[in-house]
Amino acid sequence: MIPDLGKYADTVLSAYAISLGLLFGTVILSVWQSKRMKTRLAEAEARFQKSGETGADQPQPNTNPTD
Amino acid sequence: MSIWEYANPKRFMQTSSWLLPLFTWAALACLTVGLVWGFFFTPDDFRQGSTVKIIYIHVPSAFLAINAWFMMLVCSLIWLIRRHHVSALAAKAAAPVGVTMTLIALATGAIWGQPMWGTYWAWDPRLTSFLILFLFYIGYMALWASIENPDTAADLTSVLCLVGSVFAVLSRYAVLFWNQGLHQGASLSLDKEENVADVFYLPLLVSLAGFGLLFVALVLLRTRTEIRARRLSALIARERMA
Repeated sequence: MIPDLGKYADTVLSAYAISLGLLFGTVILSVWQSKRMKTRLAEAEARFQKSGETGADQPQPNTNPTD
Repeated sequence: MSIWEYANPKRFMQTSSWLLPLFTWAALACLTVGLVWGFFFTPDDFRQGSTVKIIYIHVPSAFLAINAWFMMLVCSLIWLIRRHHVSALAAKAAAPVGVTMTLIALATGAIWGQPMWGTYWAWDPRLTSFLILFLFYIGYMALWASIENPDTAADLTSVLCLVGSVFAVLSRYAVLFWNQGLHQGASLSLDKEENVADVFYLPLLVSLAGFGLLFVALVLLRTRTEIRARRLSALIARERMA
């Protein structure tokens, strides 16, 4: 299946292995960070909503950083 | 409709939620086709032998390493001029992807250089400017991580990005500026005379498209994460005040 790479087989295969490893690593890390942040935000929003129901009269600062 | 509407995080999250799977699947398809085509179905070069197959990862990663920095530059300028938070977060999100591309370009270049030049590394203008670009990426990420106030961090990293752009330009044009060193000229050019042979050119273009699409998909995903992180820290601050 693998083409005949001749005397440069180690060179070519190591270049591909390192590159694909780095790419996969970046993708996996990005997806993991995204999922973790999504979960943490959902938990914080649920917690905040819950506490907001008990203390609705408290003054609220602006939480949207782009406003 | 204006492009500035996407400076609204809510609008950005809505649009990126359907763009992200599109870019992800397109990237996967192009990368698979480009790399399989290049690795399995292209001939060896008459001078470089089978090492020419490294071109399908080296050239796209080098191209993205430089252009990721330019994307960060545009986002940094938007932040400095118009103070849109999403653009600052997009620049921050692009840096780890850009550093990966730079690392791939440096590693594959060194591995390719050993059999062709007889050395893994030379202080050639293009290689040196690329190494400095890599260090700028590391410095940029470290600066973001070291400053607690996000607006101050965005300001300072934007200035660093402007300075680093000099090396991004040098990485691209060092061969033309100094006209010396081991590294060859551009493999891809709008001038067809300067391009690699057609048999290598087409899979290289597909691979380049795959790397580009993957970059966009990763930046979208990471920007969404950064927006959520900003929202989370705002909620935590509000909880503390309550």
